Amino acid sequence: MLTLECPYCGVKAEETELAAGGEAHLKRYGPGSSDAEFDGYMFSRKNPKGVHFERWRHAYGCGKWFLAARDTATLEVFGTYPAQSKEPPPELQAKIKAKRPNWEGYK
Amino acid sequence: MGLKRYSAFAIAKEAMSYHQNWERAWRSPAPKPKYDVVIVGAGGHGLATAYYLGKNFGITNVAIIEKGWLGGGNTGRNTTIIRSNYLQDPSAAIYEKARSLYETMSQDLNYNVMFSPRGLLMLGQTEHEVRGYKRTVYANNLQGVSTEWISPEKVKELVPIINIDGPRYPVLGALYQARGGTARHDAVAWGYARACSAMGMDVIQQTEVTGVRVEGGKVQGVETSKGFIGCDKLGMVVAGHASVLADLAGFRLPIESLALQALVSEPIKPCMDVVVMANTVHGYMSQSDKGEMVIGGGTDGFNNYTQRGSFHHVEETVRALIETFPMISRLKMLRQWGGIVDMTGDRSPILSKTPVDGIFVNCGWGTGGFKAIPGSGWAMAELMARGQSPLTEEFSMYRFREGKFIDESVAAGVAH
Repeated sequence: MLTLECPYCGVKAEETELAAGGEAHLKRYGPGSSDAEFDGYMFSRKNPKGVHFERWRHAYGCGKWFLAARDTATLEVFGTYPAQSKEPPPELQAKIKAKRPNWEGYK
Repeated sequence: MGLKRYSAFAIAKEAMSYHQNWERAWRSPAPKPKYDVVIVGAGGHGLATAYYLGKNFGITNVAIIEKGWLGGGNTGRNTTIIRSNYLQDPSAAIYEKARSLYETMSQDLNYNVMFSPRGLLMLGQTEHEVRGYKRTVYANNLQGVSTEWISPEKVKELVPIINIDGPRYPVLGALYQARGGTARHDAVAWGYARACSAMGMDVIQQTEVTGVRVEGGKVQGVETSKGFIGCDKLGMVVAGHASVLADLAGFRLPIESLALQALVSEPIKPCMDVVVMANTVHGYMSQSDKGEMVIGGGTDGFNNYTQRGSFHHVEETVRALIETFPMISRLKMLRQWGGIVDMTGDRSPILSKTPVDGIFVNCGWGTGGFKAIPGSGWAMAELMARGQSPLTEEFSMYRFREGKFIDESVAAGVAH
């Protein structure tokens, strides 16, 4: 059972209370962008086997979107952080690096 | 190289020596330094691709590399359903090609894949679903795929154990494909592996691809746990790990990997001789030749490579099926497992050239790949040998950029 702590209301929610929202930190492209940029934003995904940053919604709780860092190969959760973050907080990145020395880092 | 054919005569002959002298079904050779074609992934789709490269195009200097064991991924984890009742023309073409190849597969491969065209029902349980399936029936008839819309009474006649008057999800009719059914999934992989081996191809198991060597935009070969293997053309046919392999070659795919689960009950006496899919409630069920009720459910919502799904999905599936099949409520479940499915945005597969010259990709079959194995292999082999195939034209990985979706998420509901 996957459990994530909502960074807003502090509730440790298990997955039936949550809705998954796919890869986080996608750079949005709109009018004026190239086809390749828009295609990349809309469809191409990292889909890594390992450390993954993703969007979740506390659907049956406070209803807010937040972000999480999780290992897709082990289902280990590294931490959650607010949806307003442009990139994963440095302390979370350091924590992941300590646990996964071979991790290529956030990019 | 030629392997001895299986036949009643062969069984009688081997009985003389107490069945001690059967030769191995396929060879396990060490990899050669270079092949014309390397296929990564010895599941159904990869082996079928190799088989049709040899059979249809005479390309037999081929290696199929598998990180685990043959057919140990989704090929051995699905619910073995075969059907071709898709809405869109490109899908109907490739799935019907596959279904028709299943009809003669046991003879073609000299290997009993136990294809059982027992008939398949997709239940209409809401007015919207009824309208959707009727539309699919009309489309199928134009496509040359034989399906029909049948009444609730006919459903009850075909499936006596079904409850058609459920208060919440009554059965309002069904889309019926009489030549849909099931096959023995492992045997499909084994049969293709044996046929490939007989043509002189190398099936190399327990060998993981750790890198893809690309020079000047052209593929040179793959780095593996058994060293470098060179090739002129590379086929990536690895389902749930497609993104990982594409990353090694330096490009991205419109794919996300999710866990899909299935389960089987304890064996019971024969009670249902068709396949029933109930897409509104996320469940589908058939009875195996051993008597187990084989049940498939929905996917998890989050990226996952663990081949373990969430328990609540199993619970939802079973809860919904119990309403439609009240008599299964006291069945004990024997086993439950998960597989990693490669989902595209439009729920249709990708059979395509890639940004790297010489690399071809076959993935994105998502929750419904088993039924497509022979058609997928047939089309992929043509694509790799000739550079194009009428069956794969619409399934390019660039269709998303062009907005040319093959939208089957609506047509197929959820289950495959």
